[in-house]
Amino acid sequence: MTTACPECDNGLTVGSGTRLSEILECGDCRSELEVVSVEPLILAIAPEAEEDWGE
Amino acid sequence: MNGPIALLASRLRVEEKALLAAFSARGADVVHVDARRLRFPLAEPPPWRFVLNREISATRARYAAASLETQGIGTLNSSHAIATCGDKWLTSTALTAAGVPTPAAALALTPEAALDQIAVMGYPVVLKPLSSSWGRRVSLIRDADAAQAVLEHCAALPAPQAHLIYLQEFVNKPGRDIRVVVVGGRAVGAAYRNADTWRTNVARGATTTSCELHDGLADLAVRAAQAVGAAIAGVDVVEDADGRLLVLEVNSGVEFAGLQRALGDGCNVAGAIADLVLRDAPVPARVAA
Repeated sequence: MTTACPECDNGLTVGSGTRLSEILECGDCRSELEVVSVEPLILAIAPEAEEDWGE
Repeated sequence: MNGPIALLASRLRVEEKALLAAFSARGADVVHVDARRLRFPLAEPPPWRFVLNREISATRARYAAASLETQGIGTLNSSHAIATCGDKWLTSTALTAAGVPTPAAALALTPEAALDQIAVMGYPVVLKPLSSSWGRRVSLIRDADAAQAVLEHCAALPAPQAHLIYLQEFVNKPGRDIRVVVVGGRAVGAAYRNADTWRTNVARGATTTSCELHDGLADLAVRAAQAVGAAIAGVDVVEDADGRLLVLEVNSGVEFAGLQRALGDGCNVAGAIADLVLRDAPVPARVAA
């Protein structure tokens, strides 16, 4: 599946096993991207880490 | 109770993908649930028979676990374990009560009281937010000027909890600490976390290398996980100047990608967690034909 980075418009190809909420990185601008839809494939800028995120 | 097992997570990281793959390899019916969309009406139990809680937000993770437990749905980790691990002072007190060696620590209820306690503990001393992860806002205080400055910043923060100051003895570790993953009362793997700086969090760029999981280390990690009530735990251990092992903290939402990379095929953390969940989850009731 292919789509464009929502930040820099770089073309991205993702595997068929891609899941909703998976985090990808744009190979061009290094933005963290979240899969918000699989069919059709839609990526969005991933949320910034919040204060209570972690292990 | 029927229904699938749920994996609760708002982000599917390497760990969550490995867990889903492990469940799939075991033929288990597991659904991914995005915690950001989750609601818990009092009279409507969710449709899952067990929940593996992998939510990255400590607040959402704790309240989701508490809500699920109230509605009779088993979860790992428990809300008690998440709350204890999510608070450095509660962790220190639980470890101490269980006789698990841990660095000296103190809680000061105001920044002013923290200055008095630092005078007792001496320098250097480590100041940590009560509930932070990935080494965030953890400060190594080397003198009174630095203490004054950091405590003034703490006092200026709006959240009342930020005014509670957790202080911990600085352990001059040898450029590394040890992460041990415990699953179901068994230590399944250990890795060194190596860094050029004093903070050795993988989230801050520390690299991982294999560490021998000898009996003493495994026993210490299992006791630490039991002390905080965590069935699944990432136990952080430091070696002091005399080679003694001390438990720094215990993580209830363990990130294990770095450890798994270091250990390779010799360890299967996701598989161990999946096995534990499948052991603890109730068997679905047969549906009458």
